[in-house]
Amino acid sequence: MEASREGYGRGLLKAAEKDPNVVALEADLGKSTKSRTVKEAFPERWVSCGITEQNMMVMAAGLASSGKVAFASTFAIFTERAFEQIRNCVCRMKMNVKIIGSHAGLMTGTDGSSAQAIEDMAIYRTLPGMVVLCPADSVEAEKATLALAKHKGPAYMRLTRDKTPILFDDKYIFEIGKGKIMREGKDATIVACGPLVSIALEAAGFLAKENISLEVINMSTIKPLDSALILKSAKKTKRVITAEDHSIIGGLGGAVAELLAENPGAKLVRHGVQDTFGESGQPEELYDKYGLSVKHLIQRIKKDL
Amino acid sequence: MDFASLAKELRKDILVMLNKAGAGHPGGSLSEIDMLSVLYFGGILNVNPKKPSDPDRDRFILSKGHASPGMYAVLARKGYFPSKELDGFRKINRLLQGHTDTKVPGVEMSAGSLGMGLSFGNGVAYAGKLDKKSYKVWVMVGDGECQEGMVWEAAENTTFHKLDNIVVIVDKNGIQNDDYVAVTSNIEPLTERWRSFGFKIMEIDGHDFNEIVPAFEKAKKEKGPWCIIAKTVKGKGVSFMENNPKWHGAAPNDEELKKALEELR
Repeated sequence: MEASREGYGRGLLKAAEKDPNVVALEADLGKSTKSRTVKEAFPERWVSCGITEQNMMVMAAGLASSGKVAFASTFAIFTERAFEQIRNCVCRMKMNVKIIGSHAGLMTGTDGSSAQAIEDMAIYRTLPGMVVLCPADSVEAEKATLALAKHKGPAYMRLTRDKTPILFDDKYIFEIGKGKIMREGKDATIVACGPLVSIALEAAGFLAKENISLEVINMSTIKPLDSALILKSAKKTKRVITAEDHSIIGGLGGAVAELLAENPGAKLVRHGVQDTFGESGQPEELYDKYGLSVKHLIQRIKKDL
Repeated sequence: MDFASLAKELRKDILVMLNKAGAGHPGGSLSEIDMLSVLYFGGILNVNPKKPSDPDRDRFILSKGHASPGMYAVLARKGYFPSKELDGFRKINRLLQGHTDTKVPGVEMSAGSLGMGLSFGNGVAYAGKLDKKSYKVWVMVGDGECQEGMVWEAAENTTFHKLDNIVVIVDKNGIQNDDYVAVTSNIEPLTERWRSFGFKIMEIDGHDFNEIVPAFEKAKKEKGPWCIIAKTVKGKGVSFMENNPKWHGAAPNDEELKKALEELR
């Protein structure tokens, strides 16, 4: 078990070691986002912006305009404070800025609803040219960070505060825009991202005992969506359920709904935060109350699919 | 260099451009243009229109991106793009966007949303320090723009990171979109605000070349970060546009253009 932000910290440090143009900007949450790995190794390439998220995003754009690969990290919710700056100054100029939103989703826990970003993927997905990632574990987060350092252009990656099971090993090859079938099945497809991938795998293992065969796809790139993989699986199973620690509006569920609306043939259920804010509580308590736990996912699959 | 004659020609370009577009921002273009003339034609900015991406170039960032006609008039005359492009300002399938845009050679930052220029400049200046470059980063902001909280986030970062390669110019023309700055919100004491954030201050008349030239030369030579507060007149050079909020964002019609051009003969 490890939080995906730990993988980001390792990946960022490796990226900074490999490429002298990698810089990390932080808005006073470096201990939490794990960007401080760069501060220790390359203090001059760690840009402390203080609590100035709007300034940070545009400063990152300025650095990128002069050849730097700028990683700007803060909590997912506080990146949203600079949405217009990200739109106008990062994406419009196609700047090589990587926005890292840690502590995303209800999994953020006891800090309460102000910190639980459940709309970040939805809003960033609307920006032209923006890549949106949500790794399933810390290994994938590390590899995704290295991929982002090589990718030219703007990107947003959301990370989790809490520990989640490790699903991948060192041999795993991460590619932006590619989903991965984690388990093959024929009765229904779970398209999941982030912490919901391990929960989906658990649900699939449980339902296998009842002779329900579930295909589980890790869709760690929300944009550009791996449409071919989803449609292929949907054609086979005719039933798709999306699963995410994010609002069912506009995120992974929204993206898959758009895809299946234009390519009909499979029933779709969107499993996630049902258009409501969260509250303080332990992550597992919140997942239970707001319907994201294994138990709820199993119920949902049985009832709606 | 005869800056007065040059600026007069640029003012004409601005007005014709706006008239053809039927929309745009004359007031802030006319208030900034004397200073832009000195920056680009007075040997202040080390830039080469043939190498607009030269990594060693000085940067000029127009944060008040609505004053694009002034910027475009200067860039065209400097040779960044053919002057016939000025006819296409704000028109579809043409180069010159309503607000300054990096599609246009010589434009460093796509602007149009206020408050962002100094943060962008901070990033460019920080990169210059990392790469041991000697370029300077000039950022022009409006006084109304200083109402944006983000300007002050940026200012605190400029001095925190010791970005002595930054020069801020405030085009203090006293008018914003709706009305006079003084009746819209409070930005005073503006000079003291910039000073208190750690900037080295010069106060000049932004239309007096005898004040603009030495101030810019000093800021070019000596370490900053500088903030040059330039008192200007919005709509400067056209009597009926001067100091009138109506001309923040309205283009002259044919009759008004004729009258304005006569004044600038």
